[in-house]
Amino acid sequence: MDINTWRGIATVLAFVAFIGVCWWTFSARRKKGFDDAANLPFADEANHENTLKYNPKHEKGHGDKE
Amino acid sequence: MSNSQAATPQYDYGVVKQFSVMTVVWGIVGMAVGVFIAAQLAFPALNFDLPWLTYSRLRPLHTNAVIFAFGGCALMATSFYVVQRTCQTALFAPALAKFVFWGWQLVILLAAVTLPLGISSAKEYAELEWPIDILIAVVWVAYAVVFFGTVAKRTTSHIYVANWFYGAFIITVALLHIVNSLAIPVTLTKSYSVYAGAMDAMVQWWYGHNAVGFFLTAGFLGMMYYFVPKQAGRPVYSYRLSIVHFWALISIYMWAGPHHLHYTALPDWAQSIGMVFSLVLLAPSWGGMINGIMTLSGAWEKLRDDPVIRFLIVALSFYGMSTFEGPMMSIKTVNALSHYTDWTIGHVHSGALGWVAMISIGSIYALIPWLYGKKEMHSVGLVNTHFWLATIGTVLYIASMWVAGISQGLMWRAVNDDGTLTYTFVESLKATYPYYVVRMIGGLVFLSGMFLMAYNVFKTMSSPAASGNTAAQPA
Repeated sequence: MDINTWRGIATVLAFVAFIGVCWWTFSARRKKGFDDAANLPFADEANHENTLKYNPKHEKGHGDKE
Repeated sequence: MSNSQAATPQYDYGVVKQFSVMTVVWGIVGMAVGVFIAAQLAFPALNFDLPWLTYSRLRPLHTNAVIFAFGGCALMATSFYVVQRTCQTALFAPALAKFVFWGWQLVILLAAVTLPLGISSAKEYAELEWPIDILIAVVWVAYAVVFFGTVAKRTTSHIYVANWFYGAFIITVALLHIVNSLAIPVTLTKSYSVYAGAMDAMVQWWYGHNAVGFFLTAGFLGMMYYFVPKQAGRPVYSYRLSIVHFWALISIYMWAGPHHLHYTALPDWAQSIGMVFSLVLLAPSWGGMINGIMTLSGAWEKLRDDPVIRFLIVALSFYGMSTFEGPMMSIKTVNALSHYTDWTIGHVHSGALGWVAMISIGSIYALIPWLYGKKEMHSVGLVNTHFWLATIGTVLYIASMWVAGISQGLMWRAVNDDGTLTYTFVESLKATYPYYVVRMIGGLVFLSGMFLMAYNVFKTMSSPAASGNTAAQPA
């Protein structure tokens, strides 16, 4: 087959892939999941505090025992 | 979420702290070398007739130090921090993470020794010789194992978007480095690329431009997607936009490399592909910029009150500016004027100082108090001073290089009626001289801010009396 036919097919496939990504991303079903994901930076404060208080490497000698 | 307090993981902050401190150290070293070579261009006597101090040997030292030592440490520090906190689990293989830190420092030291000695493979941004290249590949694979191992054992259902950007950066840099560095060793310190001629040039700039796209863009966008929302205290403007612009960005960047080879022996059709993909790249680049800046929508007062936010948002503004300038410069007719002039150097530093360095500095200013249990940096006033030094330094740098570059381009292309050149090369050099001095001053102003940062970071780390201890007392 002529190479320009392949080039045309590749362009169409890239366009379809882009539309596919947009369709997948903007489907209403995924809104809840994306909202959860967007809040991940704020979801782990307990673990962070826990690490700062009890990590022996952080507070050498104190803080690791009550 | 259902984890009890006892079962909550303790994050591994040791390696994050090490990389954070070295970000500041290598920032100072790399930028100091940059200021020195900028001074050499204005005052050539500063090479002192010593081969180890010639511009040709120190320039790759500067680029390697700021990109891979300063930028690399900032990316490794923040990626190891962000992946733990957004996956809510400790680092996978913490011993391997330690190896990544010491291995990367060894790579940097080897670069600092071999480059001034003139040991170089002469590939831009990939100058290090083959034994160091192998070490980089080993350390990088270890980095990938730690990062993706941590993602794999996450306790959250989603992989936060910052990790997608960090992940793309880690995988692609491994691919770029290994393919571009393929070489046949002759001795321990000399090798020859397996590629030849125009093919070698194309592989080199496929590497070079994707180092910009994945090391200096995707990696730092990962940083942006955690630190901007976290510092602003609100989720990212549009999570959906982040997904669309991620896939668009990584699939288009791959093809833009040929714009570095306009009007060379590279076939015309390949040059045109590079130009078209570079133009399309504006859309996903601005998607990221808009998403970051609009995160502050409705909370713009933070920009006035918090110098850390100001660092992050001004970094995004420079990112938007240089990702507009880049596509414009990739247009062949514009490139005919700009290529080989100092305009290119100005463009690179609008990205490197304005975007990469400022987003890193802002992120480290956010990160250091979090790591050491402090409310904020030792001196917020000094952070503010640093912000203005960085901004003024960057503007002096890029404005002088624009004027220098366009003057050079116009002088080089000027021809008389009989077809002879209007100007000799040395006349264009003479015209550039004042701008070289301004550029050096801009760099010096930027560098001076880094010393304030080092002092501020040291005081924040070492002051035991701050909020950290008072908070720890009741526990």
